[in-house]
Amino acid sequence: MIKLDSKVPAGTLAEKWTNHKFNMKLINPANKRKFDIIVVGTGLAGASAAATLGELGYKVKAFTYHDSSRRAHSIGAQGGINAAKNYQNDGDSVFRLFYDTIKGGDFRSREANTYRLAEVSNNIIDQCVAQGVPFAREYGGTLANRSFGGAQVSRTFYARGETGQQLLLGAYSSLNRQIKLGNVQMFHRREMLDVVIVDGKAKGITVRNLLTGEIESYAAQAVILATGGYMNVYFLSTSAMLCNTTAIWRAHKRGALFANPCFTQIHPTCLPVHGEGQSKLVLMSESLRNDGRIWVPKKAGDHRPPNEIPEDERDYYLERRYPSFGNLAPRDVSSRSAKYVCDEGRGVNGGRAVYLDFADAIKRLGAHVIKEKYGNLFDMYKNIMDEDPYKVPMKIYPAPHYAMGGLWVDYNLMSNISGLFVAGEANFSDHGANRLGASALMQGLADGYFVIPYTIGNYFGSDKPTKADVNSSEFKESKEQVKENTNKLLTINGKQTVDEIHKKLGHLLIDKVGMSRDDAGLRKVIKEITDLRDEFWHDVKVVGKGEELNLTLEKAGRVADFLELSELMAVDALNRDESCGAHFREEHQTEEGEAIRNDKDFAYVAAWEFEKVGKWNLHKENLEFEFVELATRSYK
Amino acid sequence: MTNTNINLTLNIWRQESTDAIGDFEQFKVSVSPDASILEMLDELNNKLEKEGKIPIAFESDCREGICGTCGLVVNGHPHGPLPKIATCQLHMRNFKDGETLFIEPFRATAFKIIKDLIVDRSGFDKIQQAGGYVSFNTGSAPDANAIPISKDVAALSLDAAECIGCGACVAACKNSSAMLFVGAKVSQFAVLPQGQPERYERVMNMVAAMDEAGFGSCTNTYACEAECPKGISVTNIARMNRDFVMANVKSKVVEV
Repeated sequence: MIKLDSKVPAGTLAEKWTNHKFNMKLINPANKRKFDIIVVGTGLAGASAAATLGELGYKVKAFTYHDSSRRAHSIGAQGGINAAKNYQNDGDSVFRLFYDTIKGGDFRSREANTYRLAEVSNNIIDQCVAQGVPFAREYGGTLANRSFGGAQVSRTFYARGETGQQLLLGAYSSLNRQIKLGNVQMFHRREMLDVVIVDGKAKGITVRNLLTGEIESYAAQAVILATGGYMNVYFLSTSAMLCNTTAIWRAHKRGALFANPCFTQIHPTCLPVHGEGQSKLVLMSESLRNDGRIWVPKKAGDHRPPNEIPEDERDYYLERRYPSFGNLAPRDVSSRSAKYVCDEGRGVNGGRAVYLDFADAIKRLGAHVIKEKYGNLFDMYKNIMDEDPYKVPMKIYPAPHYAMGGLWVDYNLMSNISGLFVAGEANFSDHGANRLGASALMQGLADGYFVIPYTIGNYFGSDKPTKADVNSSEFKESKEQVKENTNKLLTINGKQTVDEIHKKLGHLLIDKVGMSRDDAGLRKVIKEITDLRDEFWHDVKVVGKGEELNLTLEKAGRVADFLELSELMAVDALNRDESCGAHFREEHQTEEGEAIRNDKDFAYVAAWEFEKVGKWNLHKENLEFEFVELATRSYK
Repeated sequence: MTNTNINLTLNIWRQESTDAIGDFEQFKVSVSPDASILEMLDELNNKLEKEGKIPIAFESDCREGICGTCGLVVNGHPHGPLPKIATCQLHMRNFKDGETLFIEPFRATAFKIIKDLIVDRSGFDKIQQAGGYVSFNTGSAPDANAIPISKDVAALSLDAAECIGCGACVAACKNSSAMLFVGAKVSQFAVLPQGQPERYERVMNMVAAMDEAGFGSCTNTYACEAECPKGISVTNIARMNRDFVMANVKSKVVEV
């Protein structure tokens, strides 16, 4: 029987992490090199963890399916990273960042974890500046800030529209230094296909060498999964093409609990879909909402070009409905509002898009200021949409963007499997039911630079895990299972391609497990997903061989996992009979269409235990709110 | 965005493995002008897979021009004929109905072809490992505002740091030189106060790694800058050369 223990330390919020750091066991420097650690994924969380653990003296093996660790999709983050520095003297503090984050998450995250995130946020900025990350500066030489959704202070640090790139290159550079020093061994073009558990503890991984197709085993005393989010389950999302759920899903099938899978964020400011041939959706940074105003025509059927629609015939619906936050309302609220106005037929040309208009800002500040702030985003828009956003308002629409759900972890970021740690977007821990902008970079780096390097030492010191042998039966069994799975995919030889089935899954999910969900739709989609999964295992066509570079085979394995995860998302959404954050149940809303949360029955983390495909057991971790009052989230 | 499809003839480089002999294979496609060139290849691959044929191997990830994974030579130009975009940002509306396209991998001695359009760019990682960092352990940083850096200097550093590591500069160069790539990383740190303690050691180590990885010498033709998806300036090469000379002078002085 699994008993969920969050292991939150005692004390006031501000004391917890400090006390815990003191109480944790230490490993003497000479003994650290006796511990091997596997890090899977080298985005912000993985690269920062691998580099820091290498600096501490542990022996690290880092794995990525890319040709270089610099390619991880953290690189795509545009807008910025939050920190409670209060450099703007506008009333920010660690407590306020914590409060905004927990409120933004609609009170469905763990207080202690979220507070710690805010607490270490300042160290992250210091660390990145010391590494040479070229953040934006003021004329006086100090760091510049901008505002993001869900906050009334200016606390977001940025590097043009390329903040994720610069932070990842910073972590990548630290990782490179440790590779050169021999503390980290880097394995490129390897995809993790299984985690190996020996006597209840995570002791290694099974990977496929993507160049040769060989199945390889690696052993260590602890495994860290920093493998990102699963939003490509929707087929069209802002995630990179290769992002997938495979690493965490295979760990889930080995016993790791999956928490809040239905908490998926649909980002309000992305480019609209152009057609069936589209491969992914492009995000336009939320920072654009600092100066852009979102509107649609007041009347349905008004198909005039935007610049010909007079001011009094426009509906600036966010400013109207949420006067105090306006265009900076949080992501879930903004996305849903866009969906509503498009459902009413008031989208651009009656379709699924709304305007993001910079005319006022350009008039007020001048085009040169807008260019300096958002130049690369405007260029990107023009390139894709073939329209000039300096002259014509941008057209935007929400798109699947970020998974708040992920593997369940305790305060130490360890899953319910001893020795299996989970960092960054891959875990569920800090964002509750909705993530605020500029908080993903913060969490990835907090976990990797400042949390896991401490807590993993405590695990080694208290559990004293030994190193397993890759020739043991557990490793062999894992290898055999991976090979069997690969062969199965290659021998079905049906009629549909992997992409065709993946697209079908995407349509089902965005429609019924997207921005709004309801009982009947969820029950229906569970059946549809199950049928589609059967279709996949009987009718998919995977060409090529297993013992070679085979991109189709890679994709097939990932889509097979999405077909299982998607069912759990729907099961979780059905179970959570309330509206909270990004999870909006049609049955639970006010007359004005605002979400109604049910704290009495649902103030818990839903952690699902895998029994077999299509069958899960629910475990609940009750969320205790000692330091904040559960309030109705209002941005009015 | 309601234009009708355009018809194109594609000549695509196929090569089974590093040692195999490659050749162009011709395909006829009909594609939406709103699609990107990679989406066109997705559709073509989907068709090939349905026919039981091996799809064209090419790499891509973010499809937003920032990860640097994709890289095709289209009609002789790395990332295609348009300036300042990556391959994934090349839309088919830039081509005319009936046009013929040649699609090849990034070619360079230091970038071995792995399969079809995929090349091995691991030489870039080796150069970065040789010195592309500020040696600074986690936890020891002073307050971020302790070192004021002027707005212009930060912008200059970021101009260089924007490099996406795609390798177009190498593919564009007659000598397959990586000097724009290395110059960019050297410059990012050379202009910042944080980069000063290791400034000269860094440039020596990175240049040595570049030579060892098999990249050629600069041709001074600026083809790299012209094809760079981020428009990284060749002044970064000049800065690297200046630092390299200084580094040699300084190391001699120390030896005496």
